[in-house]
Amino acid sequence: MRLAVVQRITGLLMIIFSVTMLPPMAVSLYFHDGALHAFQQGFGITLMTGFIIWFPARKHTEELRLRDGFLIVAAFWFGLGSVGALPFLFMEAPSMSLTDAMFESMSGLTTTGATVLTGLDYLPQSLLFYRQQLQWLGGMGIVVLAVAVLPMLGVGGMQLYRAEIAGPVKDTKLTPRITETAKALWYIYLGLTIACGAAYYYAGMNLFDAICHSFSTVAIGGFSTHDASIGFFDSRLINSIATVFMFIAGINFSLHFLAIRSGKLSNYLADSEFRTYASGLAGLSIAVVAYLYLAGEYSSIEATVSEGLFQAVSIATTTGFTTTDYSAWPGALPVVLIFASFVGGCAGSTGGGIKVMRVLLLYRQGVREIKRLVHPNAEVPVKLGGQTVSPRVIESVWGFFAVYVVVFAIMMMILLADGIDQVTAFSAIAASLNNLGPGLGDVATGFGSLSNLSKWVCVIAMLLGRLEIFTVLVLVSRTFWRD
Amino acid sequence: MNILILGAGQVGSNVAYQLAREEANQVTIVDINPSALRELQDRLDVRTVIGHAAYPEVLDRAGANKADMIIALTDSDELNMVACQIAYTLFDTPTKIARVRAPEYINAPNLFQQENMPVDVVISPEQLVTENIEQLIHYPGAFQVLEFADGKVRLVGVRAHEGGLLVGQQIRALTDHLPNVEARVAAIYRNGYPINPDGDTMVKQDDEVFFIAARKDIRVVMSEMRKLEDPVRKVVIAGGGNIGYRLAAALESTNQVKIIERSKERAQYLSEMLTRTIVLNGDAADEALMLEENVDSADIFVAITNAEEANILSSMLAKRLGCKKVMALINRPSYAELVESGNIDVAISPQQVTIGSLLAHVRKGDVVKVHALRRGRAEAIEAIAHGQPGRSKVVGKAIEAVKLPPGTSISAIVRGDKVMQAHHDTIVEENDHVILFMTDRRHIDEVERLFQAGR
Repeated sequence: MRLAVVQRITGLLMIIFSVTMLPPMAVSLYFHDGALHAFQQGFGITLMTGFIIWFPARKHTEELRLRDGFLIVAAFWFGLGSVGALPFLFMEAPSMSLTDAMFESMSGLTTTGATVLTGLDYLPQSLLFYRQQLQWLGGMGIVVLAVAVLPMLGVGGMQLYRAEIAGPVKDTKLTPRITETAKALWYIYLGLTIACGAAYYYAGMNLFDAICHSFSTVAIGGFSTHDASIGFFDSRLINSIATVFMFIAGINFSLHFLAIRSGKLSNYLADSEFRTYASGLAGLSIAVVAYLYLAGEYSSIEATVSEGLFQAVSIATTTGFTTTDYSAWPGALPVVLIFASFVGGCAGSTGGGIKVMRVLLLYRQGVREIKRLVHPNAEVPVKLGGQTVSPRVIESVWGFFAVYVVVFAIMMMILLADGIDQVTAFSAIAASLNNLGPGLGDVATGFGSLSNLSKWVCVIAMLLGRLEIFTVLVLVSRTFWRD
Repeated sequence: MNILILGAGQVGSNVAYQLAREEANQVTIVDINPSALRELQDRLDVRTVIGHAAYPEVLDRAGANKADMIIALTDSDELNMVACQIAYTLFDTPTKIARVRAPEYINAPNLFQQENMPVDVVISPEQLVTENIEQLIHYPGAFQVLEFADGKVRLVGVRAHEGGLLVGQQIRALTDHLPNVEARVAAIYRNGYPINPDGDTMVKQDDEVFFIAARKDIRVVMSEMRKLEDPVRKVVIAGGGNIGYRLAAALESTNQVKIIERSKERAQYLSEMLTRTIVLNGDAADEALMLEENVDSADIFVAITNAEEANILSSMLAKRLGCKKVMALINRPSYAELVESGNIDVAISPQQVTIGSLLAHVRKGDVVKVHALRRGRAEAIEAIAHGQPGRSKVVGKAIEAVKLPPGTSISAIVRGDKVMQAHHDTIVEENDHVILFMTDRRHIDEVERLFQAGR
């Protein structure tokens, strides 16, 4: 462990992050919303903090090792969540406590989309923009962005990339240079965002809303500039645009890259994770729409399809946009949707949850066990797209799943001990750990009613969910710190 | 440059390391062994592809259609050649380099031509290493002998020693000592660090001096640096592999050669193939055998078995027994650095030798020859100057007016058949071969820019 190197890179990343406070300043100046000072102070403090961290260690330019990557990514995300909270803290209206500011900031960065704020429609535009921008930066990964723009990281870039990118197999590079891979991912991300924003604009959103919502759609975040979320616009066209872009953003970005490079859409269909993802979403949507129709929740069939489809995709990809209070839907639907969010998006997408790839591997592993019971002597490899998956990957998937369940259980019990009812506690942790956003019960619209302790538990759950637990968990293991 | 390397073995991974650390190169490595690739991925910023190196589907996945160069370095000659053939036929890869070991292929006339076997460059590390050792034996006292301009000029590395006429004097005294010889000190390393030599620099004992001179003058210049050693007569080679065999075959007509080989069958085979060499079956680290065969009075002991640890130990043993000079083949740069300052006179690095011959093809501008030095930290380059005076950054300029990056110097110029030493007022002409020495290869792109055709 070479702390000086970690210190240098973390400081540098923070200096870079301070730049992201500039666009909200511009927004503030444009709208004259009186929130300028909050961002000025935030910018100043972030820049200074970064500089103070970086300066003493600036000469340590050694290559990063595997362990350093974990530490940097975890330290940076935590540090970023903290300095990201500064503008919320410096704002007079709404005046937010430290806990609330931290919650909002972390919820933004991890693309969770849970909020403690109410009355969004009356908040300064710059603050609204800032929240959306946080989600956008966190979506593809701020560290991946840093790898894309910092050429000097070298192999270290790979260590950072690996600690941040989601999914069970992290060694697949799209291009020989990690910088180029990171750049390619961000270009695709940027392209999708622009396309999404343009589509929203033409569907009738004003420019500000279109940009803001494109940020949180492509990032699979779920923040909105309105309390009623996407439901504010009450437009089927906007609902369907959002549905399409949430679906696209939930696909592995490597697939987008390969499709763009080869110009063939058949790439998608050849990928078994994509097929599972698409058919799973389709099945879920049909089930939700049929259930709603049979229960007679909406008067017209168009409304049923529009609402059902939108809500199913929004929750299952872990975006968390709402057009309606789905927690009030009949029967099993709310819980079914929450469970769908455990699966989440594909590996290497901006979505949260356990990831389709892992669930698929777990399922195949289950099938293998059954086959083995019937044919005890059979060689039954687990295959994905015709290729045998190495036992090492399966093991890591099992490990991840086990830890996910344990972490979930522990956090839920803390919330229960904090005096929260079961439905709320369950859904609050599910919504945080899966980076979903809205839950059920008391947290269906916002997390404002929770106690400070519960909020902090949720903050940690969000960070664990975004960094896929292990990146954070290795830091509290004794093996990591032992030389 | 987009480079595709086939085979992540010892040579392959080292080449990948050397190439990937240059910002401009994008390296992809193909191998069939996932664990070798995983290890590489951890150390280097390269892309890895698992698969059989010659299968079209694998090459396609590795991006062969966009590759500027394919370097086939797997263990199998045949696989390497077929991979180049496929890259040529299906992907139209511009530069194809293959490692081919068997002399039967290399010596076949017209084999490696576009219409037959489309391999642009054939490299044989064994052959390169053999030649390298031969040169070193030819100039006892030198630890590095490198050829430029088809052998007209050589760059020689020697450790300055008491008894050399120039030791303890300023470099400018060289011209007084040898008025008719054109020689130039290209670089001096003192305690492992380069110092920028000029006329006033004093040559001290134990300095590593690199000088450049025409072939015929090398021995006289060497005598300036250390007391000249007698020509080598008795050579003992430990290890009868490919290199050992080639070396013995090359030396046996002029020297007394003994070769120690462990395997009985291989020893028998060697004895049938070689005429005057004495082939001994036994362990190279067996003290009794070494004494019996008079290793103590040998001029040179060369340890070139496959196991580098054994090479180090057996050559140290030979040295202790009283052998005048010992060389060991060592792959790992860290080992080489450890031993070269100690008991072993020369550490031969096959990778350093191989990488040089590859680098010449990677470099932009008209670069003919590249030699990697000092474990790849320094580099000696031969480049051809092109362009019109006034437009080129080199042609038509006096050497002192050429803007060289720090640590870089022009050591010599070869014009036609003439070797000219680089004086500060020598004007570079078109088609001159310029020989440069770089103590810090990180500035390589600036040198490349100088020699890119006059724009």
